Amino acid sequence: MVFKPEHELHKRRLGRNVGVAVTLGLFILLVFALTVVKVTRGDPMQGFDHTVRPEMAVEGGAGE
Amino acid sequence: MSDIRALDQNGDASFGDYVQLLKPRVMSLVIFTALVGLLVAPVGVHPVIAFASILFIALGAGASGALNMWWDADIDAVMRRTRGRPVPAGKVEAGEALGVGLGLSGLSVIMLGLAANWLAAALLAFTIFFYAVVYSMWLKRSTPQNIVIGGAAGAFPPMIGWACATGGVSVESLLMFALIFMWTPPHFWALALFMKDDYSKAGVPMLTVTHGRRATRNHVLIYTILLAPVAVGAAFTSIGGPVYLAVALALNAWFLIGAWRIWRRDEGVAEADGYAVEKAVFRFSLYYLFLHFAAFLAEATLKPYGLGGW
Repeated sequence: MVFKPEHELHKRRLGRNVGVAVTLGLFILLVFALTVVKVTRGDPMQGFDHTVRPEMAVEGGAGE
Repeated sequence: MSDIRALDQNGDASFGDYVQLLKPRVMSLVIFTALVGLLVAPVGVHPVIAFASILFIALGAGASGALNMWWDADIDAVMRRTRGRPVPAGKVEAGEALGVGLGLSGLSVIMLGLAANWLAAALLAFTIFFYAVVYSMWLKRSTPQNIVIGGAAGAFPPMIGWACATGGVSVESLLMFALIFMWTPPHFWALALFMKDDYSKAGVPMLTVTHGRRATRNHVLIYTILLAPVAVGAAFTSIGGPVYLAVALALNAWFLIGAWRIWRRDEGVAEADGYAVEKAVFRFSLYYLFLHFAAFLAEATLKPYGLGGW
């Protein structure tokens, strides 16, 4: 089997694909970092829906 | 091979061409002013949330830039300054620019809402709508006041940054908005005075084309006079202080002198020296805005040491 020489078009497409991959990777990292910050900031909330539940607050503690 | 050759002729866009759709140079101003709006706010923001907020504001601004390039592809092709943009240059299809613009608009607004708050997201959505629909689709081709009202789109970022931190709108954020809003007309009209061929060729009703260059010179002076009290007035709010006041006084005096020099000249004199004064005032206007926001930032930075503010 004979491989055809690489066309300039393929180089441009590789650049574009790598660019999209890197951007998506960074986006995932950012969303993960945001999630960690939001969940660990200490607001009295239940993890499953991220809704603040004042009744969960400890008297004199966070959220008072 | 024939299919590859056909694709080559269409010009397969590179990743950089899509980045160009987002107008990175405009984005840098948006990032800076939004960041200042966020940092000078009286409420602290977690660094990760601040970073994400600024990123999504910039992405929203970029999305509106892509929508603008989709809509304005016909006039961009005529003007020398914009001929090399990805759509008129044939690198990116107009429909692709529309897709990128709409996709990133939705993504940036939703992500800003989740990262910061929904008021900031609503302001960003309105900014995108204002720039793409009100300015690009409606005002730009229909009135010589396009720059005045369209300038509002560029004035929103510090207000969005402030809203990210505080969750609200205040006198301070409105003054930062007003500063950019009032600055835009003299800034662009100074540019239009020495770029006349481009705008008239494209049929964009710039003030220089519809009302003449004398009227444009008058407008530059009037708007600069109206801008000065807004810029100096901000010194007496919670984001101002002696450093900002000194900077604002010096910059506004300088800008007023420049506008007055533009107003005093006629076309003959301006053409004789290659629009030297107009070009100098345009260049200065860029520093003007940058230094005002840098002064806001300086006040906020000095505050913890008991130096900033009144």
